[in-house]
Amino acid sequence: MKFLCVECDQQMAFAERALAGDGTLAATFKCPKCGRVVAMLTNPMETQLVASLGVEIGGRTVPTEPFEMVHANVVTGSLSWSTDAQERLSRVPSFVRGIVKKIYADYAKERGITEITPAIMDTARAELGLEGM
Amino acid sequence: MRTYHQLTDPDRSGLGDQIGAQRQRVAERLAAVRRIVAVMSGKGGVGKSYVTANLARALARMGKPIGVLDADLNGPTIPGLLQVPHTAQPPAIGLDGVKCISMGHFLDEGAPLAFKGPAAESFVWRGAMEASALREFLGDVEWGSLDVLLLDLPPGMQRYSELCDILGNAPAVLTVTIPTPESRDAVRRAMRAAVEHGSELLGIVENMVGGELKGSAGDDLAAEFGTPVVARVPWHPTPETWNRLAAQL
Repeated sequence: MKFLCVECDQQMAFAERALAGDGTLAATFKCPKCGRVVAMLTNPMETQLVASLGVEIGGRTVPTEPFEMVHANVVTGSLSWSTDAQERLSRVPSFVRGIVKKIYADYAKERGITEITPAIMDTARAELGLEGM
Repeated sequence: MRTYHQLTDPDRSGLGDQIGAQRQRVAERLAAVRRIVAVMSGKGGVGKSYVTANLARALARMGKPIGVLDADLNGPTIPGLLQVPHTAQPPAIGLDGVKCISMGHFLDEGAPLAFKGPAAESFVWRGAMEASALREFLGDVEWGSLDVLLLDLPPGMQRYSELCDILGNAPAVLTVTIPTPESRDAVRRAMRAAVEHGSELLGIVENMVGGELKGSAGDDLAAEFGTPVVARVPWHPTPETWNRLAAQL
């Protein structure tokens, strides 16, 4: 992927990369002639696709570690629910409990969280807009 | 407006260079491996891993340094077959001194392979993630000098295609089938794919012979592809069964 400043007919240069911590990525590119800056924003799926190739946008800043991708991305440790989280989940109406449980489990899995606690559930609700679950 | 290939300024991300470095790492690591052999089949449940592990042990008993890469990332069985402790660090040393690497080293006991990442439409990136894991297994293990590195492939041909891409060439192939016509038909497709990729066919191992499974898949495939049946493995093979197979490779 490259960026072209159409007005200047110049290839834009990579300037900065930022990881928001929510699975998204922002990378900025600057035109060396006019100074115009554009940002490329990728959604979690697109960010993951780049990560899965074992490459880093902006270039590597540290040498590759053995099994780097596997260590960073393979889920180890099964997901558990704390007693308080289980109790809270039990209060969800049974006809939607399964889907609610899956939403929290997916949220945890995407972030490498191994234990769901009420605090994690609160954070997930706020981030995912699940007030009332 | 200029097109992609017309933009030739140096790219700080250097994604192409990063991919090139990955390939170089694999090539350097495997430089001391005399031969890479993929044990494959288009069919599941024919005993690929069982054949791989026992062939590796027989080769090792001949005094050769042997490695096994368990490329079945979702159903790793090589650590169990070679009796490698679950917590062993790769390359683990199994029965008869066989070195091995498996996704089983990285997973909790009984846990399925799962990757961190967005659950929605994970099929988009999961294949790339598995290919990257395979690349790390090839390039990050200190195999040392090996006479043969056996690659235990899962059913189907996707992992084989990934291997060809990562290695930069098509590995030699040892095909495993059971006697049934159903297995023959599935394995035929896999062998055709291997031939199209340019793999050398080392032969066919017909497994689970002499029991309830009827058919002549081994002979049929051997005649069709002009490659020998190098072993017919009974339900209760002896070490000599594997020694004879090892002597042919």
